[in-house]
Formats: sequence, structure tokens, C-alpha cells
Amino acid sequence: MNYLSNIIFAISLIIGIGYFTRNVKKLWRNIKLGQDKDVSDNKSQRWKNMAMIALGQSKMVKRPVAGFFHIVVYVGFIIINIEVLEIIIDGLFGTHRVFSSMGTVYGFLISSFEVLAALVFVAVVVFWIRRNIIKLKRFMSAEMKGWPKNDGNFILYFEMVLMTLFLVMNATDATFQNAELYSGNIISQYLAPLFDGFSETSLHIVERTAWWIHILGILVFLNYLYFSKHLHILLAFPNTFYGNLNPKGQFSNNEAVTKEVMLMMDPDADPFAAPAEDENEETPAKFGASDVQDLSWVNLLNAYTCTECGRCTSECPANQTGKKLSPRKIMMDTRDRLEEVGKNIDANKGEFKDDGKQLLNDYITKEELWACTSCNACTEACPISIDPLNIIMEMRRYLVMEESAAPMELNNMMTNIENNGAPWPYNQMDRLNWKDD
Amino acid sequence: MSEQLKVPTMAEFMAQGKQPEVLFWVGCAGSFDDRAKKITKAFVKLLNSANVEFAVLGTEESCTGDPAKRSGNEFLFQMQAVTNIEVMNAYEIKKIVTACPHCFNTLKNEYPGLGGNYEVVHHTQFLKDLLNEGRLTVEGGQFKGKRITFHDPCYLGRANNVYEAPRDLIRKLDAELVEMKSCKSRGLCCGAGGAQMFKEPEQGNKDINIERTEQALETKPQIIAAGCPFCNTMMTDGVKGKEREGDVAVMDIAELIANAQDL
Repeated sequence: MNYLSNIIFAISLIIGIGYFTRNVKKLWRNIKLGQDKDVSDNKSQRWKNMAMIALGQSKMVKRPVAGFFHIVVYVGFIIINIEVLEIIIDGLFGTHRVFSSMGTVYGFLISSFEVLAALVFVAVVVFWIRRNIIKLKRFMSAEMKGWPKNDGNFILYFEMVLMTLFLVMNATDATFQNAELYSGNIISQYLAPLFDGFSETSLHIVERTAWWIHILGILVFLNYLYFSKHLHILLAFPNTFYGNLNPKGQFSNNEAVTKEVMLMMDPDADPFAAPAEDENEETPAKFGASDVQDLSWVNLLNAYTCTECGRCTSECPANQTGKKLSPRKIMMDTRDRLEEVGKNIDANKGEFKDDGKQLLNDYITKEELWACTSCNACTEACPISIDPLNIIMEMRRYLVMEESAAPMELNNMMTNIENNGAPWPYNQMDRLNWKDD
Repeated sequence: MSEQLKVPTMAEFMAQGKQPEVLFWVGCAGSFDDRAKKITKAFVKLLNSANVEFAVLGTEESCTGDPAKRSGNEFLFQMQAVTNIEVMNAYEIKKIVTACPHCFNTLKNEYPGLGGNYEVVHHTQFLKDLLNEGRLTVEGGQFKGKRITFHDPCYLGRANNVYEAPRDLIRKLDAELVEMKSCKSRGLCCGAGGAQMFKEPEQGNKDINIERTEQALETKPQIIAAGCPFCNTMMTDGVKGKEREGDVAVMDIAELIANAQDL
């Protein structure tokens, strides 16, 4: 019977980490549903970007208030999690504060965790106030109704509760509070008096309860990530690593199109030649994207990484002037459709069964796509290198090249370019007339 | 026109067996749009006065394909690009200057992948180099002390990180450069990019160029400076929409420099 708690702990740990691993595998499979994209170039720049943008939070601080509090939570969360190591060892081997033999070093560590826990708590309260009392505009957009709003708040509640439990568990640990040489109770000593009237037994029960709920809470939170926008705490790192390194104005040249164009321009090509017989002949490439599988895997990684902060949308000129386009919604729609496709695959023994839906129209409308000015304000604003513009352009390519569904004025413009080499109906032969006007 | 502009074509250079220093890519707006043609001429006056050996393609120039590409028509874009590249490679073009950030971006970033490798600069960068080399001098003249705000074209600024060249030129005019609250990497689009120039905007509660013009007017400028023919149109329309065309002018950087020199 003495080992019962150790066993329960080990089982919880295995279930918690096991279920998370299962979901991470699913996540990875879904991301790989995207088209190949070569991102093996320029490794050193990529490491640098990851270090600066994800680890160093360089773009978060562009908005100083949110940036500052975010860094508090980020640093706090990472450092306090060192304590989880001790909790796991204690839980598995039935020890109590196994690292406390380090003496003053331990005291210093725990006291810094306590300070950070208090700071994280304050920062999270500030975030909650920004979302629920001040109601910052970017958290109030149409796409933030319902689950996305609740998701944001749940994460904040999780963090508040976990930080409180950590402090309570220290405050009610009589040995820890009384071992003055540690001076680790820098914050929790002020909580301890709350439990003054408690008997030794009930104090111990409170301490154990806080300890258990704290570690179980961490495991639950870990597994909540997959179902939440909060995945960014992990995916921000690969996402900044695989982010775009080219000038923002450079849009990729579609290779399938290049092949066709080069063939058309080749004077030696035989226009009547029968296509070469080839057993493994590839199906003709689909131009652009109408569903998530047509996008690149980096687009899909972007979609899972987005934490819906809305900086992109708040900088978007179309959104600022009341158009339907919201770059954040583009990312959320891509993720939600990808999840739907993933579930479809799970339900159909590993194969996708056509569900009569797609990303285009069922999630993202043409009206949104045509409102984009391709100004790159969204990609500039994103603190973790997400590129909504690339998805918009891929979908426009599908609309124009597969469906010929551009707005009429744009079709006129393109006809002009085709006929006379300018977007307006002027004769190419008049191109130099300006000099004599 | 008091003096004739010298605008040699590549064909003429070729006929004389010579290579110009730089190809001036005029662009569709610069060739056909009445407002933008003035910018083209101002820039040519500056090139003439600095004795730059430049040439244009003239009737051999065709749309870079930018608006087609941003609309999603990759076919049309690549057809345009490959045709233009054939012309330019035949002339052995090494360096291109253009007054249109959209042409600039496409030529610089999207042509190399299709076989067109050139050194491409925006006219503000080129003018700045001319000043640095002492080939062009600029004095404040009529713009001394004037309040000028610069609207960053997306395809020059965010797209290609060129923020300082146009501002350096404005400073050279001894003018008072005032910045809008969203400028440089956070500059708001004028509303013309991504082929929006050629269509009506989607349903909303405001036009983007009005929003941007309001931001510009907040700086109480006498001149709104632009570096793109499309931004120029949008901001000019915005200023008219706000009925401020009487006291606020929208001018290209090339026009500012040319006017300062009384060219």
C-alpha cells in the first residue's frame, strides 16, 4: 500500500505524456498533408531567426505593453517548469523536495520561482483585463466569438490556477516554511498565515492536495495545447525557423507554370508532338490552392502555430476599413479545415473521403481573398513569422487559373496586358509618346 | 516645353554599338497615366542634367506582369516576364532603374528565377547615388522649411526594406520631414496594391486611401511625398476627397528634386 501514490503518479505521467505524444504525431501527420516545400537553405540564418524571434521575442516588444507582460509569462513559465523535474522525481520515488539537500542554492531557486510565479499571475490578470474589461478591439473581431474567446480565457485561468497552487503548496509545507536557511519562501511566507488555524494534519492535506492538483493540472494543460491556440508555445520555434527568408515582396514563381511557359517559348518544341508514353505520368498539377492539401506544409505549420493575437488583422488596411478580410481568420480557417480533414482521415481508416467541403468558399470566401492589397502588413506584424498573404495568393491563383473566377475588372485588366502589354487599353506602340507630349 | 528631353532608346544605343549606363524602366503608369507621365519627365530631366547615359526600351517595353501575378494569373505573369527578359537579355542589360516600386519589386525579385538577372534600383536610390557621387546637386530652393511627409510604398518599404533613400532626398531639400504615426515598416498601404488599383474595393466602411490620407493630413503637411505612381494617384484622390487640394500637394520625390532645381 505504501507504493500506491507512486503508482498512481507513474500512471498519470504515462497517460499524460502518452496522450500528448499521440496528438503530436497526429499534428505532424496533418502538417505533412501539405505540399512539399524546400526549406533546407540558409540554415545559419534560420537558426538566427529562431533565436531572435522565438527565443528572443524580438517582434513581441514592437507593442511594448503586451510585449513586456508576454515576456514575463514566457520567462516565468519556462523557468518555473524546472521545478516540475523535482516534482516528477518526488512523485515517482516518494521523496519530498529531493533537491532541498542543495541548501541555499535550493532556497535561491525556489525563491526565484516564487517571484516569477507571482509576476506571471499579475501578468495573466493584466491579459485577462485586456480581453474582458478593456476589450481591446483586436480581441473583439467577428472570428473571435465563441470558442476562440473562451479558449483565450481558459488558458489564462489555467495559468492563474497553476501559479496559485504552486504558491499554496509551498505556503502549506510546514518543513519548508520553517527551514529558514532556505529563504525560499519569499512570496509564500505571506500566504502561510492564511492557514494559521489549521491543524498539522489538515495543513498536510492541503499541501498534498495542492501538490497533486498542480502536477495533474500541468499534465492536463499539456494535453489541452493540442486542442487550443496555445500550441504556439511549442510551434513558434519551428515556425520561425522555417519562416520566409526572401524579401517580402518576392512571390514564388509557380514551377508547373514555368514549364508550360518555357515550352511555349521554345521555337524547337513540336506543337503537334504526342505526349510521351509514360506509365508513371504524373497527373497534371493543380494550380493554386482550394483546400488545405494544396497548400505547402509550411502554410499548415503556420496555421497550427497561430495563437490568434490579431496583430496581423489590426494592421491590415482592408480590415481597418471594414472589409471582411482578416488575416487572422485566414489562419484560423486553414487550421480548422485541416483539423476537419485530419478527423475525416481518422474516421476513414487513414484515407481522406471527400466530404464535399473545401477551404475555399466553405471557410474562406472570395470576397475576403479579393480584398487583400498584398501590402505585407500582416506578415510584418506577426511576432512569429506566420504568412497569411501566401495562403491568400495561392487561393487567388486557384480562382484565376483553375476557375477563371477573377472579378470582371481584373479580367479586363489582364486582357489588356495580354493584348497590348499594359493594364489599360493603350497601344504598345504609343509607349514612348510621353516624351513629346 | 522649354527644352527637349533627351530620351534615347536601347535600339538607338545598339545601332551605335554602345551600352548605356542604366536602363530606365518607365512602366505602364509612367508611360500612359497622365499624372505619372509628369513623374517620368521629372526623372528624365534629372537624368539629363546629371548627364547619365541612360536608355529606355520604348515600344519594346511591356508590362512586367506584376498586376497579373498579384491577381493570381501566374501564366500571364510568366509570359510577360519571359518576353521582357528575352528583350533585355538580347540588349545585355546589366542595371535597371525604375520609378515604380511594383516594377522594381518584380524585376528585382521575381525575374531572376526566370532567367533575368539585373541590378535593379528604385529611382530614389539612384538619385541618392547621383547626389553622393556629386553628379547631381540639390538645394532646398522652393521647398526650404516646407513640411513634407513621406508615404512609404509597400513594395518599396516592407517588401524590399528601402526606407531611407527617399527620406534622405527629402532632407537634402532642407525641408522639414514629418512622419506619420504609422510609417516605415508599419506604413499603411494606399489601397492600390495587389491589383486593387484596377478594381472597385470590396464592401467596407471606408476607402483605404481616405484612411491613409487622413493619417497624412494629421501631420499638417504642405506636401505629401510619394515614391510610386499608384500611391500618388490614391493619395491625390484622397486629398481631393478631403477637399484639401488647395493647400496640400502630392508629389513624387523626383518631382521635388527637379522642381527644387528649377528644371
